[in-house]
Amino acid sequence: MSHFTPVAALLGGLLVGGAALWCWLALGRVAGISGILAGAMPGRGPEAGWRLAFLLGLVLAAPLFALAGGTVPVPQMAASPVVLVVAGLLVGFGTRLGRGCTSGHGICGLARLSPRSLAATLVFMASAMATVFVSRHLLGG
Amino acid sequence: MLVLLAALGAGLLFGLGLTVAAMVDPAKVLGFLDLAGDWDPSLALVMAGAIPLAALGQALGRRRGRPLLAAAFQPLPTGGPDRPLLLGAMLFGVGWGLVGLCPGPALATLTLGLWQGWLFVAAMLVGMAGHAVWRRRRA
Repeated sequence: MSHFTPVAALLGGLLVGGAALWCWLALGRVAGISGILAGAMPGRGPEAGWRLAFLLGLVLAAPLFALAGGTVPVPQMAASPVVLVVAGLLVGFGTRLGRGCTSGHGICGLARLSPRSLAATLVFMASAMATVFVSRHLLGG
Repeated sequence: MLVLLAALGAGLLFGLGLTVAAMVDPAKVLGFLDLAGDWDPSLALVMAGAIPLAALGQALGRRRGRPLLAAAFQPLPTGGPDRPLLLGAMLFGVGWGLVGLCPGPALATLTLGLWQGWLFVAAMLVGMAGHAVWRRRRA
């Protein structure tokens, strides 16, 4: 557990939870990123506006934090272009078919004790862990 | 206008949380998913911090009856899991485990100057559009 960062993780989690609280209380909408992104596509009607504003905030947060003097982690991505494309396709298709991702099911859904979200979260955690086990320890990627 | 500002604020707060928790770094996420390696429980603590506040928001919303800036709360599905939900979650998990990016962090990496994030997000949008086309054909 040499990389464990409990304080930063808990603090970041409180901020993410605060965003989910505010999104529900102010807008009456679930802060599920895959749903917000899919619903912000052209032709999605009046609900696209708030979603685009949310996404703008999401992508601006890290550079603004850096401008304010915060330390932004440098993402480490070793995956090849082919793996990136395959993974992106799976995440895009899977989150629509499964009606949510880590935020919508894993945070907002679990918070309201939804049996659907609990099942989805257990399944995507298990399949992600199995995928990492196979790629890192069996195939040695 | 107020709705857009509120949504912008929610997105900023969400992205700030992902940044502070270093969830924008796929290596950090893979460290959580790699139970057989040098396990990093950080992602579990992100969820432990986020879930109670999300639950508080729902409780406050129930008490208030309607959102501050909208006519009504979004209707949410009830009942148990069905096959598309489980299959979709499984496919999503495989993609998540391959790279360590789920939709929120993937979008947040777009402004961190890596081409990999852009390629991943482009493929993710194609996957979402592919699902919409597939659903329309089946309907």
